Amino acid sequence: MSNNIYLKKGLDLPISGVAAQTTKKVIVPDVVAVKPTDFRGLVPKLLVREGDKVLAGTPVLADKMSQNILFASPVSGTVAEVVRGEKRKLLEVRIKADETQEYVDFGVKKVADMSAEQIKTALLESGLWPALTQRPYGIVANPESKPKAIFVSAFTTAPLAANLEYALGADFEHIQTAINALGKLTDGGVHLSLNSENYSGTPFHKLENVIQHTFTGKHPAGNVGVQIHHISPIRKGETVWTVSLLMLAAIGKLFNTGKYDVRRKIAVTGPKAENPAYVEGYPGISMKELKDFYASAENLRFVSGDVLTGTNVGAEGYLGFADNQVTILEEGNKYELFGWAKPFRTSQFSASRTYFSWLTPNKKYDMDTNLHGGPRAFVVNDTYGKVLPMDLYPVYLLKACLANDIDKMEKFGIYEVLEEDLALCEYVCPSKIYIQQIITDGIALMLKEMC
Amino acid sequence: MNGLRNLVDKIKPTFEKGGKLGFLHSTFDAFETFLFVPNTVTKKGAHVRDCVDLKRVMIMVVLALVPAMLFGIWNTGYQHSLAFGLDWGFWNIVLYGLVKVLPLYIVAYLVGLGIEFVSAQLQGHEVNEGYLVSGMLIPLIVPVDVPLWMLAIAVAFAVIIGKEIFGGTGMNIWNPALLTRAFLFFSYPSKMSGDTVWTGGMTRYMAEGTAFQCGNGLVDGVSGATPLANPTLANLEPQFMDMVLGTVPGSVGETSVIAILLGAALLIWTGVASWKIMASSVVGGLVIGYLGYAVGATDLPGYYQLVMGGFLFGTVFMATDPVTSAQTECGKWIYGFLVGALAVTVRLWNPGYPEGMMLAILLMNTFAPLIDHYVIEGSIKRKAKKVKIA
Repeated sequence: MSNNIYLKKGLDLPISGVAAQTTKKVIVPDVVAVKPTDFRGLVPKLLVREGDKVLAGTPVLADKMSQNILFASPVSGTVAEVVRGEKRKLLEVRIKADETQEYVDFGVKKVADMSAEQIKTALLESGLWPALTQRPYGIVANPESKPKAIFVSAFTTAPLAANLEYALGADFEHIQTAINALGKLTDGGVHLSLNSENYSGTPFHKLENVIQHTFTGKHPAGNVGVQIHHISPIRKGETVWTVSLLMLAAIGKLFNTGKYDVRRKIAVTGPKAENPAYVEGYPGISMKELKDFYASAENLRFVSGDVLTGTNVGAEGYLGFADNQVTILEEGNKYELFGWAKPFRTSQFSASRTYFSWLTPNKKYDMDTNLHGGPRAFVVNDTYGKVLPMDLYPVYLLKACLANDIDKMEKFGIYEVLEEDLALCEYVCPSKIYIQQIITDGIALMLKEMC
Repeated sequence: MNGLRNLVDKIKPTFEKGGKLGFLHSTFDAFETFLFVPNTVTKKGAHVRDCVDLKRVMIMVVLALVPAMLFGIWNTGYQHSLAFGLDWGFWNIVLYGLVKVLPLYIVAYLVGLGIEFVSAQLQGHEVNEGYLVSGMLIPLIVPVDVPLWMLAIAVAFAVIIGKEIFGGTGMNIWNPALLTRAFLFFSYPSKMSGDTVWTGGMTRYMAEGTAFQCGNGLVDGVSGATPLANPTLANLEPQFMDMVLGTVPGSVGETSVIAILLGAALLIWTGVASWKIMASSVVGGLVIGYLGYAVGATDLPGYYQLVMGGFLFGTVFMATDPVTSAQTECGKWIYGFLVGALAVTVRLWNPGYPEGMMLAILLMNTFAPLIDHYVIEGSIKRKAKKVKIA
């Protein structure tokens, strides 16, 4: 591994509640939701009406901008409700699932004999195309374009994230099929990043037809954006696609079995998850299905995804399209006497040496959602750099975003980052600045001005 | 503990908008968050947050300043006792020091925090913690005999013109504490320089022929001058250890190398202040110090420049201000080096100013954004080149 990339900067968040590697329950879904809000900038077109019968793989939504991009129902059942928000914005399509699952038959296909066009068509008609994310901006890939390369991260460093070997090891063949298929959509190849410390321990190093890279480092070393930055930075005018192992498994199943099968092992994690473990379920399942993991939902926050980048969906919310993790933690809506003035604050973690967490490096903390302070201007200037293993100037990028200055945003690297890459900066920020929101707004501005 | 919380909850509505004392809500909020970490939860983005906040960061700087402050209080009394030949014991010395230094603190905090509270109320944001540090610094960098009304005006100038009109903590261009000193220095030069302002009570004795306790008057040969007034080897060699310990006249907190290094250790260990700036400033001072020694501008070896006057205090506590210093890591090396180099340059080659630290830091504060600009431009160009080759 001569080309191993060492990332010195970063932080592994010591949060308690890692999921034990057992599958506690197979969820028979009741109501599942397809959420257009899982996709940045998507203007959805509704393809079904309340009362319609759907199968797993029946398109429910389309992208209004390019209508061949479809979003499918993960289960078979009946469209129960279309939930709209302000200005009739489409939020959720709720589907009442049947007891037995029926799938749309897309036909078993042999990838080796297919052309790029045929693969594209297969992905588009099945509703699996949205699994491909385009960078810059982190939007659903544009089928008309040809990316510079496709990047896959085969390890994860996010707090409490699902163990990929446990969750997806059985899908190895499907993942290989998907890589073979996607390899035809680009001339730059499929780049697979592995953790050098677990290189031989993971089956994924045996994946073929990929360009392998290895990384050593703390979170966010497992973020595909950080990896791209070190493998081949995105310049203006270039596009690359990224896809997760989880979605590769689903794509592989489509070709190998002819089904839209997005069943997955979901890690239920977090300080307030009782006996955290895995469940088997679908994207769009309700948090209510996870009742075994908590006594009362009162004062709990349910996050679809990890605790740094996930979405607060609420106790009645639904799992996101690309998520295989739920984090349950306590709302920190209580006062703490003399919190900041106490010499020791042993129950809380700080990456800064102004507290004494560095004395107990192996301790895990029951973190809650308290902000631990009030919002301030940028003051301390070197905290972000310590957790961002990218050659960027985060404060300058953020200020450019705040100033809506597109030239400067370009210059300081808006093409290379998504919210998730700067999530740790937000975590450590002593000024309590909502960094991910600033990036979201910046990207929204770029999308509006550039497209 | 709960009792206190209940009390706060009980009086809170009075101070909220629309309440009887609603015009004080920023002030109330400042005191409440001083006692309690608020119950706000994360709204978007990362759901959990590090427990460090600006209050914790700022209190670390305040703690780091405590050794210099305590020594300054003692030294104020000690210098007075020395100048008037009083042979005071420890407690007398400390008592006199407190009588002289405490009013400086009271004025600095009352005026500074008062303005902060008012402007937070006017602008509708929370009271920033930045002034906790500025207020701790200001009394330590002025001569102990500075009249309190002058200090009040200078603090008001620094906080209003130097900070609040730029938008408050985090937005200012110059270090507010140094701006206070600069205002005093240029507005009232007779009270800020010369030989007699550095020893407590001496100014008054010169004017009125009396002081708090003046014994038989000034001891023969006492001039009250700081080491910088007559920086020759013959004069300073016997004083070298005194300068390291800090038992020489000077601004209240700047004299003791040992007390300052204690603070520096805490700042570097906690990572609150940049060791890069401190290190490069020391290097800059040494380089120019030895250069001056080599070309005959002074007969003091370069390391004397580090222990004299406010060099070390400025290097550790003022040049490292994260808001007004260079923001890029490479820029910090350049910025720090130039602070040290310029300070010693002013000392050696400008006969008008025996001390150059304040001017060096303020000047480099002004140029820090420019340094950062070129550092970033360079980095972006290098990156573009690398991509082109690859």
